[in-house]
Amino acid sequence: MTETTLDLDRSIGDFSYPEHHAFDAGYGLTPATVNYIADVKGEPDWIREFRLKALNVFESKPMPTHWASKDLETLEFDKIRYYLAHGQRPTRSWDDVPEDMKQTFERLGIPEQERKFLAGVEAQFDSEAVYSNIQKAIGDQGVIFTGSTEALIKYPEIFRKWFGKVIPTGDNKFSALNSAVFSGGSFIYVPPGVKVKHPLQAYFRINAENFGQFERTLIIADEGSELMYMEGCTAPKFETATLHSAVVELVAMKGAKIQYVTVQNWSSNVFNLVTKRGIAHEDAEIKWIDCNIGSRLTIKYPGVILKGRKARGEVVSIALASNGQHQDTGAKMIHAADETTSNIISKSISAGTGRATYRGLVHVPKHLKGCKNNTECDALLINTDSRTDTYPAITVRGTGNAVQHEASVSQISAEQIFYMQQRGLTEGQAMSLSVNGFVNDLVRQFPMEYSVELKRLIDLEMEGSVG
Amino acid sequence: MKSLVIKDLHVNIGDREIIQGLSLEIECGKVHAIMGPNGSGKSTLSKVIAGHPDYTVTGGEVLMDGENILGMEPDERARKGIFLAFQYPMEVPGVTIANFLRAAVQARLPEGEELEATEYYYKLYEKMDLLEMNRAFTSRSVNEGFSGGEKKRCEILQMAMLEPKYAILDETDSGLDIDALKIVSHGVNVLRGPERGILLITHYQRLLDYIVPDYVHVMVAGKIVLSGGKELALELESKGYDWLTEEEPAAAV
Repeated sequence: MTETTLDLDRSIGDFSYPEHHAFDAGYGLTPATVNYIADVKGEPDWIREFRLKALNVFESKPMPTHWASKDLETLEFDKIRYYLAHGQRPTRSWDDVPEDMKQTFERLGIPEQERKFLAGVEAQFDSEAVYSNIQKAIGDQGVIFTGSTEALIKYPEIFRKWFGKVIPTGDNKFSALNSAVFSGGSFIYVPPGVKVKHPLQAYFRINAENFGQFERTLIIADEGSELMYMEGCTAPKFETATLHSAVVELVAMKGAKIQYVTVQNWSSNVFNLVTKRGIAHEDAEIKWIDCNIGSRLTIKYPGVILKGRKARGEVVSIALASNGQHQDTGAKMIHAADETTSNIISKSISAGTGRATYRGLVHVPKHLKGCKNNTECDALLINTDSRTDTYPAITVRGTGNAVQHEASVSQISAEQIFYMQQRGLTEGQAMSLSVNGFVNDLVRQFPMEYSVELKRLIDLEMEGSVG
Repeated sequence: MKSLVIKDLHVNIGDREIIQGLSLEIECGKVHAIMGPNGSGKSTLSKVIAGHPDYTVTGGEVLMDGENILGMEPDERARKGIFLAFQYPMEVPGVTIANFLRAAVQARLPEGEELEATEYYYKLYEKMDLLEMNRAFTSRSVNEGFSGGEKKRCEILQMAMLEPKYAILDETDSGLDIDALKIVSHGVNVLRGPERGILLITHYQRLLDYIVPDYVHVMVAGKIVLSGGKELALELESKGYDWLTEEEPAAAV
């Protein structure tokens, strides 16, 4: 691995520039905060109303206590800032991006990746995108790749049709929070039959302390189109909690294919509470490839609603929970048409006092025929105080549907480590290599540029958890 | 003089003394064989030299070219040139032999130096040709689902790549049929040379028909009780071990 094209490693991401925001909604969340955001963004009334309604829903919903994690209670909503922006419109040229932001993304290697293998890039710094560009050839085919704010103003007819339809405001407390204060995120529309060969990438960067990033992404792949979208995220390590609460909605029309790849590498003070779901229409395919490294607590269950006949849904996920971290991840597959198939493959690693939880929901109602689900979840425990939990909830009614569920928990044995040490690897290197071996079959499903980086991230995490 | 010297070694596992004052010198360029009945402490000796954490050294020294290695971590000993071919090699699921060896070779480079991939593969294939191995072999995960013979061949390939100064082969012949034994022995023989000391640990004389040692030692109850040339192995084959164990029956475990 002599060449690394992505620099997402923690030490590289752990820096910040002094804040000088032109727009700051201040601490705490009230209707005034929401109105401030709507004013600054110059949004139409329907969005302002949508936000204010969402705020009510957020306030009326209790914290999700059924999630066993007491850690969520430490989130203090009135000590968070909900909107911070420089007052810049996203530019199409890196030269026009303010210097410190440009430097940030250069240190993270984004412009370089863009030149190498991406069809388009959006770079978000705190609440707003500072850069957004798409290759001309792809734009000429009618592909739209822009921020959510621009989209709701410039393309209201497509945006409004799907916005909030896949994940309604009241889905959970954090989807309501996002709906009230969302800013940034991507909007993508791929016209019928257009196959975007290279990935589109978004990069989310938190620079400020005591801040919440609430991006909102909506991707629509029209009939027979194809698209791969990748997102990366980092934040410097601050003393106090930072919140990242995104909502991502995908719509795959008849025969369309969407692959959504996430490599998150949050620092260990970030609460990462994300709702991601897609609707797959007839013969469409949605695949979530999700890698969760870092954060203090991640709660995320990418889902697919299999709405049309023969629709396919897949979640491939890797979670690595190291000391003091909790990765509560999984998948949701809602079968709503005949002959739909879903596949969930989850691998988690718990190291030190880290805890990995898998939650899976597979739902096949009685009236459907020919539906199939396959679920495999494997957990690897590194230390004796590491923890893993698996909560599969599978409801399959009726006859003529098939479900298969396999789960395993394993440990790296002391004898295996001794064997590897005898070949000259340090204990830490032996551990890293074993962990990489454990996830190897899944890592191969990530785009090459990401799989190389993933291996490096795992190495870095494992170095800290032994010895 | 380059050699691996074991001086009056005493080793416990828990409260039990397994090795009871063992001395032996393995010179570079020589092949020593240790034979002995089950439970005499042969495998313990190999693991102690490699630094297995389950064993406690209560006395004595192990000097590699004059340097005591007993305080070193297993990986440090390995990088300095100790290699152990395991009796029961462990599986490393999902890690290919090629990647495993690459990591092991990389671990031997000075800090900051990156292994050159083309050179590495050139060397790997060269060694595989030397050992008459199919190239597809190294794309399999280390020892995962391997037959007994494949596991031992994998050990020999690792030894060939890592080029140790001192190699200990622990019961390399166990569980091998005659064809596999020939292949593995061929591998060891091509790796013999003036720059390498080899310690063969075996229960049976059979292996020594294929890898002819310079010296043979008999280990009983944690000690070397008899040493000789290669002809000693034949004597043991015909007479068994009983005549050597009778003197100290109580210590046998």
